[in-house]
Parts: sequence; C-alpha cells; structure tokens
Amino acid sequence: MGAALSSLEESTTPPGVHPHLEARRETQWYLFRQKFRTHKLARVSLWVLLFLVVTCVLFPEFFSPYSPQRVFDNQNLPPSRVRFFDADGRFSFVPFVYAFTQELDRETFQRITVVDTEDKRSIRIFVLGDSYRMLGFIPGRLRLFGVEGDQGVFLFGTDKLGRDLFSRTLHATRISMTIGLVGVLLSTLLGLLLGGVSGLQGGWVDGLIQRAIDVILSIPTIPLWMALAASIPRNWSPLGIYFMITIIISLIGWTGLARTVRGKFLSLRKEDFVLAAVGFNAPMLSIITRHLIPNFLSYVLVSLTLSVPAMILGETALSFLGIGLQPPVVSLGVLIQQAQNIQDITLYPWLLIPGGFVVIIVLLYNFIGDGLRDAADPYS
Amino acid sequence: MWAYIVRRLIYLIPMVLLISIVAFIVIELPPGDIFTNEELQLRRNGNPNAARIVEARREIYGLNEPVISRYFIWMGRIVFDWDFGISVLSQREVTEILRERLPTTLLITALSIIFTWVVAIPIGIYSAVKKYTVFDYSTTFVAFLGMAIPNFLLALILMLFAFNTLGWGIGGLMSQEFIGQPMSMAKFLDMAQHLVIPVIVVAMSSMAGLVRVLRGMVLDEMGKLYVLTARAKGMPERVVIWKHILKIAMIPVISTIGWILPALISGETITAIVMNLPTIGQVFLRSLQAQDSYVSGALILILSTLTIIGSLISDILLAVVDKRVVYS
Repeated sequence: MGAALSSLEESTTPPGVHPHLEARRETQWYLFRQKFRTHKLARVSLWVLLFLVVTCVLFPEFFSPYSPQRVFDNQNLPPSRVRFFDADGRFSFVPFVYAFTQELDRETFQRITVVDTEDKRSIRIFVLGDSYRMLGFIPGRLRLFGVEGDQGVFLFGTDKLGRDLFSRTLHATRISMTIGLVGVLLSTLLGLLLGGVSGLQGGWVDGLIQRAIDVILSIPTIPLWMALAASIPRNWSPLGIYFMITIIISLIGWTGLARTVRGKFLSLRKEDFVLAAVGFNAPMLSIITRHLIPNFLSYVLVSLTLSVPAMILGETALSFLGIGLQPPVVSLGVLIQQAQNIQDITLYPWLLIPGGFVVIIVLLYNFIGDGLRDAADPYS
Repeated sequence: MWAYIVRRLIYLIPMVLLISIVAFIVIELPPGDIFTNEELQLRRNGNPNAARIVEARREIYGLNEPVISRYFIWMGRIVFDWDFGISVLSQREVTEILRERLPTTLLITALSIIFTWVVAIPIGIYSAVKKYTVFDYSTTFVAFLGMAIPNFLLALILMLFAFNTLGWGIGGLMSQEFIGQPMSMAKFLDMAQHLVIPVIVVAMSSMAGLVRVLRGMVLDEMGKLYVLTARAKGMPERVVIWKHILKIAMIPVISTIGWILPALISGETITAIVMNLPTIGQVFLRSLQAQDSYVSGALILILSTLTIIGSLISDILLAVVDKRVVYS
C-alpha cells in the first residue's frame, strides 16, 4: 500500500538478511489483515455483522415471515413458543406451535393467551407469504419460514396493532443500519475534505475551520440534534425525512475525523518522502492521493467504524423522542417508541427486543473498531 | 500562568457569540413560527381577521421584525437586561423557567460527574493493574455494554427493575406526597432515591469511556523507566501506583471534563424526558416541537455556554497540574 512506504520498507531491510525472511516481504495491507485476524472478538463480530447485513439489510423480506405492515387480529401477543415436544412429551422433528385463543381475564382485565394443545401447527420452510419487492424491484412471495393455518408465528410477539414484531425488527434494522452507513459516508467526505484543506492550506482557512469545529463540539450533541430534527417539516415524505436525519446526524461526526486528518497532514508534510515528491515537482493532487492519504487510510477506517455506533444511537434517540423517523417507516428507534412508559413494558416486555438489536449492533461495531485500531497501529 | 488563564477567558467571548449565532440559526430554521398553526386554525374556522389577529400577536412577541434585527434585539436584551424573552407556550418569562429548571439539571449533571469519577477511577486503575484477569475482562465487558446501550433504554430497564423488584416510586424528582412540602429528612431521602436511576443512567456512557482511557493510560505508564526505578528502590507497589502512576494518569481524567460535560448534558436531556424529571429536558423538547423559539434558543445557548465554561475549567485545571500546557 503506497509506493513511498513499500520503498521505505525495502531500504530499511538490512543487507545480508536471512534469504527466507527476505522472500516474505509483506505489504502493509497484508500485515493489517494478518493482525486483524488474530483479534478473535473482532473477527467473530465481523461475521455476525455480515450475517445481520444479509438477513436484515439486504433480504429482510425473505427472512421475515410477514410484511412489516400486516395487521393480525392478535394485539400485544407474547412471543410464540416454538416447540419440538408436544404436551404428551412426544418428539417431533418438525418444530411446531400450538393454536391459541385470546381471552379476557375477568379479574385483572388483561388479555391472556390460551393454547390449544390438540391443534398443532407445523412450521414450514420456504413458504409463499405476503408479496414483496426485494431490494425495491424484485417481486416475490417466497419467505424463509411460515406456519400452517390462519394464525401466525410471532417469534418476538406482536405490537399493540397486532403486527409481527420479528418481521418489523428485521426491516427496522435495515433502516437503522443504513442510516449509520450513509451518515458515515457523508461525514467521511466532509471530514477528509475539510480536514485536508485545513491541514494543507493553513492560515486563516485553517483557523476558520478549527473555530467552526470548536463551536460545533461545544454544543451538546443531543440538544443540537433535537433542534435540527424538530425543524424538519412533518409533512415531508418518509424518504426526505430519512435523508435529513442522516445529514443532521453526520453533521457532527465529521469533526473528529477532520481533526485527525489535519493532524496527520501537518505531521506528514514535513516527512522526507513528501518533501522529495515536492522536490520532484509532483502535482499536489498526486502527492495527496498517492503519498499522504495511503498513510492514514487505516486511521480513517478505524474512525469510520467507531463513528457508526454514535449515528445509530443518535437516530434511535431521535426516533424514540418522536422527532426522528415517523411511523410508516420502521426503524429500531420507532419500534422502541412503543415501549415508552413503564406500564407497557411491564405488561409487554417483548417490546424491548428491538432495543437489544441496537445494543448488539453497536457492540459489534465497537469490537470491530477495536480490532481495526490494533491492526492499524504497527507499534502495538 | 495568569496570562494563560486571561487568554482563555478572552477566547470565551467570541466563542459564546458564535454559539449564539448558531443557536439562533438553528431555532430559525423551521419554516413559520409558533403562530403559523394558529393562523391556519383561524382560517379554517373562517375567521376573516385571521391574518390581523396573528400579526398583532407576532408584534407583541417581537416576531414580526426581520430576522437579522431579531437576532440583535434578542442578544441585546440578554446581554444588557438579562432578559431571555417570553415563552409563548406557558406565558412565563424564560428567565423564570430557567431559574426553576436549570438547578435540577445542574444537580444531576454534577452528581453524575462525581459518580463517574468515584466509580471509573478505581476500576480503571485496578483493571490495568490486574490486566487480563476475570476482573479486567468483566469490567471491560461492562464498559463496552455501557457505551452500547442507549441512555433511554437503560433508563427504561432500570425503571422497570426498580419498580417491579424493589418497589420504588419512579419518575419525577420526588413522590407525589412531597411536592410542595417543606424540606424534611423523609423528603430528602425520597428525592435521593428518585435521583439514583437518573444519575446512574447519565453517568454510564461517560463512565465506560473513562474506564477505557484510564486503563490504557495506566498500562502505558507502568512500562516506563521511572516506575522501574521506583520498584528497583524497593518502593511498595501500592505507593508506585497510587502516588506515581496516578499523578500522570489523572491528566487525561482532567482533560476529559471538557468532553464529558456535553455528553452528560446530552444524556441528562434525554433521560429527563424518559423519566419525567423536572429539568430542562421536557421543556426543551416541548418548546422545539411548538417552535417556542425564545425558550429553545435560550436553552441551546445556555447549555452550550455551560459546556464551554466546563472545558475552560478543565483546561485551567490541566494547566495547574501539568505546567507544560501553558508553554506550548
């Protein structure tokens, strides 16, 4: 990675080194990957994250049994118990659920679910269900699993309108994760651009950008996000609101990256290989792209990974307060909004499951970021 | 030293001015103002004087001036009369609302800072000393969890636990029966109980970060030569850690006041909304949704100014502890 660096490595190899060692001259990228691989937690996290991306971001329609908007008759239903053993203790190779009816408890006035142990409903894989458009354009009806009969299988229970929380959580994860990713892309562009200009140009431009960062950093994040999110007109289309929220959330994320990039530019531009390139009259753009950026690309990668969680948490918080994404759109924050008061959580604790998804996703990004940071730092 | 402090104090003025401009722009961003809805309502009811009524209202609150002059009037009143305007929503002076709500916010924030340090400093040091033990791994895990769990979710879960398992009264700053009562031992204990969850929730996210920073810092210092020297001279390990290493490791702790404060205020805002605390959180959210611009503007301005003052204090403390800062 980086012509300058590999030539540096070459020149530092002492003459007369063991031939076997010399044959294995490794690129920086190779070392990076090797080191990341030794970080077990980060590697596992990466696989889990990829699994989530496939099931939730790419194909939630296939992996969820129902459409996220489909309304069932059963409101606030606790998660269905998937069984392998029936009431008589007989094993069944195909998992099944029991049919159920909801009754009103005359004393507490709460609905209770009564299962009918005579009526077994097997869970089938690859069933035809609600129609969808995968990735927005591939029409289909095939779903990974479903249950026989007219009642549904609700792995996470249903919400107060009778929608399947499992299907909704998968679709919500798509929205929440992409908000983080798009937001990170935006803040990377801003951070690289403004940090680069700040570090290379110096002078009053640098001063201006640094003061701007000071100001942004001194306004507490959540209040600033709240103020900006509240200013989005409520009558905008869901897509418009989605992009505005992304922009708002990435408005703050770029500052840290800009500072890192500026610092790197300032220290690197005095380095011999940069001075040599300048001496050879290399064009500025090629110095930046070929000599400077490859040198701190790993830092950018780390800072990117570590800033995704903040964005996901930000979107969740805003949607939870009711000033982020709006209900027809399902994000994890929108889902947790249903669990806003203590009565609801006491009666329907499964409404908190989407919150668990937030925690897991953020943890995954933090672990991966940690692994990347160790891998990027050759001196640790 | 004094020159450094004075320089930092002077730097405060343009910063606050810049922030007031940003706060004003943010508040002015949404189209229309607090009366736009009312005007629509009047028109829908077929009131022929809708425009005139609303215009008169705007004049009372000074909202019909052009944007630029509105900024200067707003700032002028704040600087010269300490007058933050009037809340249209509650028909009270913003200064009064602030006087009522801000102390609670500050109380919770201050308690959270203290709680963060009391817990994070020993844990951070201890997990570095006992590197790669069960204790280290479990605190690291909890720290990661603390960073990953959203404030409001933690608040909900702790509330659920306190309500169902411990039988605590939750939400608000005190139980119903103590509202309006004079201070007594029972009331104090009741308030203390109500403060436990907010303080834990607000402190949790910064605590996790601080534990990580401290652990890394102590690990770095332990490999240094002065530690080796101290040990070689037969100094007990306790003295090496708590006297020599701690002194250096405290530097990042002090410098974190600067970034912990905005995080705590952020956390406090959202926790207060979830837990129905009488702090600025609720007022802020409501004023934003209704475009009660004097209230939301004042709150952004004050929260940011508090943050800047906090980081100023942390810089000065840092300069006191570590003299090198002043000369660089």
